[in-house]
Amino acid sequence: MGNKKERKVIIVDQNDNNPWWWLVNKGLGASFLCISLFALLVRLAVSLHPYSGAGNPPKFGDFEAQRHWMEITINLPVKEWYRNSTANDLSYWGLDYPPLTAYQSYVHGIFLKSFLPESVSLFTSRGYESYLGKLLMRWTVLSSDVLVFLPAVFYFVISYSASRPHRHKSEIAWLMAMILLNPCLILIDHGHFQFNCISLGLTIGAVAAIISSRELVACALFTLALSHKQMSAYFAPAFFSHLLGRCLRRRNPFLEVSKLALIVMGTFALVWWPYLHSKEAFLEVLARLAPFERGIYEDYVANFWCTTSVLIKWKKLFNTSSLKLISLAATLSTCLPSMIQQIKDPSNKGFLYALLNSSFSFYLFSFQVHEKSILLPLLPASLLALEEPLVFRWLIHFGLFSMFPLLCRDQLVLAYIALFSLFYLLFYAPRKKDSGKIRSFFTLKLLITTLLVFCSFVLHIVYLAMNPPKRYPFLFEAIIMLVSFTQFVWLALYTNKKQWMLQKQSTWVEKEKKLL
Amino acid sequence: MEKQKQKPSKPIKEILWFSLFSTSIKLLLLPSYRSTDFEVHRNWLATTHSLPLSHWYSDTTSQWTLDYPPFFAYFELFLSFIAAQIDPAIVNLHEGLNYKADSVIYFQRITVIVSDLILHYAIYRITRNLDSTKRRLIWILVIWSPALLIVDHMHFQYNGFLLGFLLISISALIEGRDLMGGFFFAVLLCFKHLFAVAAPVYFVYLLRHYCRGGLFKGFGRLLLMGLAVVVVFVAAFWPFVYHNQMLQVIHRMFPFGRGLCHAFWAPNFWVFYIMADKLLAFFLRRMGFNVQRPAGSFTSGLVGDSSPFAVLPQITPLVTFIMVLLAISPCLFKAWKNPQPRKVARWITYAYSCGFLFGWHVHEKATLHFLIPLAINAVDSINDARHYFLLSIVSCYSLFPLLFETREYPIKVTLLLLHCVLMWFGFSSYFSGETTTNSNKHLQKKNYEDISDKGKLGVGVGVGWLCKSYLLGLVAVEIWGQFLHTLFFGNKLPFLPLMLVSVYSALGIMYSWIWQLKWIILSS
Repeated sequence: MGNKKERKVIIVDQNDNNPWWWLVNKGLGASFLCISLFALLVRLAVSLHPYSGAGNPPKFGDFEAQRHWMEITINLPVKEWYRNSTANDLSYWGLDYPPLTAYQSYVHGIFLKSFLPESVSLFTSRGYESYLGKLLMRWTVLSSDVLVFLPAVFYFVISYSASRPHRHKSEIAWLMAMILLNPCLILIDHGHFQFNCISLGLTIGAVAAIISSRELVACALFTLALSHKQMSAYFAPAFFSHLLGRCLRRRNPFLEVSKLALIVMGTFALVWWPYLHSKEAFLEVLARLAPFERGIYEDYVANFWCTTSVLIKWKKLFNTSSLKLISLAATLSTCLPSMIQQIKDPSNKGFLYALLNSSFSFYLFSFQVHEKSILLPLLPASLLALEEPLVFRWLIHFGLFSMFPLLCRDQLVLAYIALFSLFYLLFYAPRKKDSGKIRSFFTLKLLITTLLVFCSFVLHIVYLAMNPPKRYPFLFEAIIMLVSFTQFVWLALYTNKKQWMLQKQSTWVEKEKKLL
Repeated sequence: MEKQKQKPSKPIKEILWFSLFSTSIKLLLLPSYRSTDFEVHRNWLATTHSLPLSHWYSDTTSQWTLDYPPFFAYFELFLSFIAAQIDPAIVNLHEGLNYKADSVIYFQRITVIVSDLILHYAIYRITRNLDSTKRRLIWILVIWSPALLIVDHMHFQYNGFLLGFLLISISALIEGRDLMGGFFFAVLLCFKHLFAVAAPVYFVYLLRHYCRGGLFKGFGRLLLMGLAVVVVFVAAFWPFVYHNQMLQVIHRMFPFGRGLCHAFWAPNFWVFYIMADKLLAFFLRRMGFNVQRPAGSFTSGLVGDSSPFAVLPQITPLVTFIMVLLAISPCLFKAWKNPQPRKVARWITYAYSCGFLFGWHVHEKATLHFLIPLAINAVDSINDARHYFLLSIVSCYSLFPLLFETREYPIKVTLLLLHCVLMWFGFSSYFSGETTTNSNKHLQKKNYEDISDKGKLGVGVGVGWLCKSYLLGLVAVEIWGQFLHTLFFGNKLPFLPLMLVSVYSALGIMYSWIWQLKWIILSS
């Protein structure tokens, strides 16, 4: 019986005149191979472009920060990595990510040292820039992407397609392309220069493990993600509530929870081992990870605090410690609904929505958010691309838009344009004629969407071509921020509603089943 | 039935998608390395912009003198007006020398990207009536061709739109619109005369296919065709004849002083000839004969006047000319006997392969001249697909030395790998699924069984052990050149890796030539 079904699928495939059947009929592995090779090509091409702070002393940019960490980690003993000393001036790009980042810098530092020792020598390599240096640094990101992000996405796609057998192969291939060719991630990692692919890859791995019901693996992977970049905490509420919800449905909830807790503690202990011998050492690292002194927001990030600061001067009204509490309360209260939903009714689909919602609330309301943090909501949105194509498209559009000033500063405008168009082309790739997958959730508001897209288009040009009025030098940044913020809020409200509707739908279906 | 159903799909939308998609990638590749060809073309922009027409072909301000036919010069003149708007320094003959600001690089790269639209139109024109999968596969082979990306968009040249003219001409011939085909070929020749290798094929084919239908009508048509070609040539060359520059133009266009081989040997027949000469000289010396060492050496990469052979007879341009003509003759014979429009594309590509293999001072980039038009026939049969699979990998690989910097290394490798994978999946799906696409509903039951035979699906395009081991050898040559050579020899014999690449690729290209020759002789 099963065989017959498969055969039918193949026939339907070709009769439907699917433009990609020749690629997808070879199976998931084949399409993954093609798409990931293409994704690698795009990353390689983007890495030809400038990085942040190129030729811009004295502080340079993120590129120099990462290089500096390599320099510090290979030249100093582990215990001094996070400690201010004569050899380690923390005010100059001090290490402010958890230990896994430091280990990764160490490994990459060794790699650099073996080819180009002067690029990571202590003190003398500050601000080191050269053709080969850039190349080797670029390759460290590329290799991390290939070793962590690609396998994680493959794992996710396999478990996703196993849990949704009705999905067509070409739809799955499209999903792969959407996740792997996320323009924001590529621009930040391979253009601007960061290692988000590692922590996001680990998170995708954890999500895939949850979908394929391997909770213990998921816990370990997510803990690793947290120990690579503390920003992964944006997803923590979703993981916590989903796993709790699952455990509560088991025969022995307490045992299940403690098993997971044990794994989490164990992984943490392993990664943080060098800093666990004394309370001071541990707190020293923690203090580096939470730079509260940098204020509630920086630059022009499209979140609540920064946008409303146009009207309400938060920094003047409250001191830092009370702002900390206010932002914490705001963040937690906004992600509470989605957490409750997952505890009440944990499901794979709901979990993906919960990831999106909790990362949205962190992006919009938490303390010290950077514009690059939009990558975190983008990750679950890309995983949901088949369910919510329009949400994904909208988020990519305005996510990219909100980073436009940053990428302009990095001289990545060309790569930005190319990746923007590449994304839209892939999104609207030729597909089977009858697949009306993309439903408009704005049906009646088509006018507004086109208006907004047009508006962002005009703003791009204005930002590039015009000088802002002297009285408001950051006027355009502020407008971009405002537009993006309204869209993010709108999307967050929509996805929250969607997550709650899921439960109603499923209970409704269940009731129907019972009646039948 | 199925085929009829597939036709109404909108190829225009799709070709636009393919075209824009490749454009985004080309934009991303903009900052890749700056080859000397940038300065060549910048100098041509400056020459045509700031000098009167009578001096274009005699100016020697820069060493990169204008050596393409007039249409290309007019094309540069046209571009130079835009360039002057963007940055006047680009078109300044003296102060612009070696000008390498972002403005000139971006401008030049973007002109290549835009001019590629002609190629995209041509490939659309040639494939618009094919069935949809075949069409898409051909688009992938041409529009996403790694060889074109490497030569045009990373190394920098204008092959895309020239090949576009060639393809428009071929598609006109296939449709039976011979006059238009001849006209576009003449236009192409006035852009780049290296394409003239296929002229004998065009001549014979048009004479036999177009100029027929009795003495009177035939002669009339011959006159008409002659008129079309003459009009094109007059449009191109008349201003130079008027200024008494014709000899100078011809002298520039045919610089026979350049020697048999380019600095990097194109993988053609002469590679074997040189190798044979070297080996013979070596053994004869061993046996006590007194063999004089030639004055210039091929291995030093010298672009000299003569072709220095120690033992074997010297090669002159005339010899290569006769050899090319001899090699083309079987297809001329076939075209004379039975001029069929559906075979003309193969004859033309075969002529270009001959020109590549036996020609004088051939560039490795000239593989594009037959690689791209061959794509039209690459999906005709499973054997065609096998042949194209091998040929396109070899010729793309032989272009690798063009991009010698470390930064572009992973890009060219990924491009080639992606191309291999796409071809492999495309061809094997197409040929194992062909039965289904062609079937009608009565036969479907039988086809279920065909398809469920997984083994067949997997080895749709089995390429045979010889081809497989040859391709593996390619990997070995690459690994040797990149890593092992310096490990074993250090800095000694620096020419050896490149020599290996061209000798080894030459084997593959020779095979392709023999395969094409066999096809032409055996096909009826």
